[in-house]
Amino acid sequence: MKILYFAWLRSTIGLAQETATPPSDITNVSDLIDWLRELSPAHTKALSDISAVRVAVNQSFASLDYPLASDDEVALFPPVTGG
Amino acid sequence: MIRVQKEDFDVAAEMSRLTEGRHNVGGVTAFVGLVRDMGGEDKIKAMTLEHYPGMTEKKLSEIEMEARKRWPIEDVLIIHRIGRLEPGERIVLVLTASSHRKAAIESCQFLIDWLKTDAPFWKLEETTEGENWVKARDSDNDATRRWDKN
Repeated sequence: MKILYFAWLRSTIGLAQETATPPSDITNVSDLIDWLRELSPAHTKALSDISAVRVAVNQSFASLDYPLASDDEVALFPPVTGG
Repeated sequence: MIRVQKEDFDVAAEMSRLTEGRHNVGGVTAFVGLVRDMGGEDKIKAMTLEHYPGMTEKKLSEIEMEARKRWPIEDVLIIHRIGRLEPGERIVLVLTASSHRKAAIESCQFLIDWLKTDAPFWKLEETTEGENWVKARDSDNDATRRWDKN
């Protein structure tokens, strides 16, 4: 699974992207975030407040209960501020 | 048409290109977004626009398609700049061309409202006190949601 981080999630975690292989009981976005949070202290810090995080799966906005497949591209980022 | 680019754009040239040879176009609406220094106190030195390549183009195309469904538009151009920009510089251009002014004006407002809340761009401000990521505003969400009932 490809995980992408943008804006302050990228700068807090210190990575723009990483390849993750979560265990098979990780089946949706919410599970994945809980699992990612344990990867490092920086992940814990960045993902502590889930209400501040937005998610896209395969480049479409997704909710926390959205189901995941092993070859998905999952992006985590703050609410957008373009325009 | 969607363009995401570092370079500046020329509003008049883009408008001419959009309407060239299209004599059924009766009006064009333009929205030009600029980098603003809140309060004009010279606190903001620059903004750096980051985006999600791939998803940005996908979302902007979806927003354009939605506008074309709702209004009789002849053409649409959205240009969004990325990278480091200083106060006064142009960030975004939305042009809508239609036979009728109402469709051109309303669809342009719809596009910029939706773009602000649905396209994956983020702004990092450089201020006199350091760097910070611009926070999303509820008023922007309200502006987008008001189109929901249409």
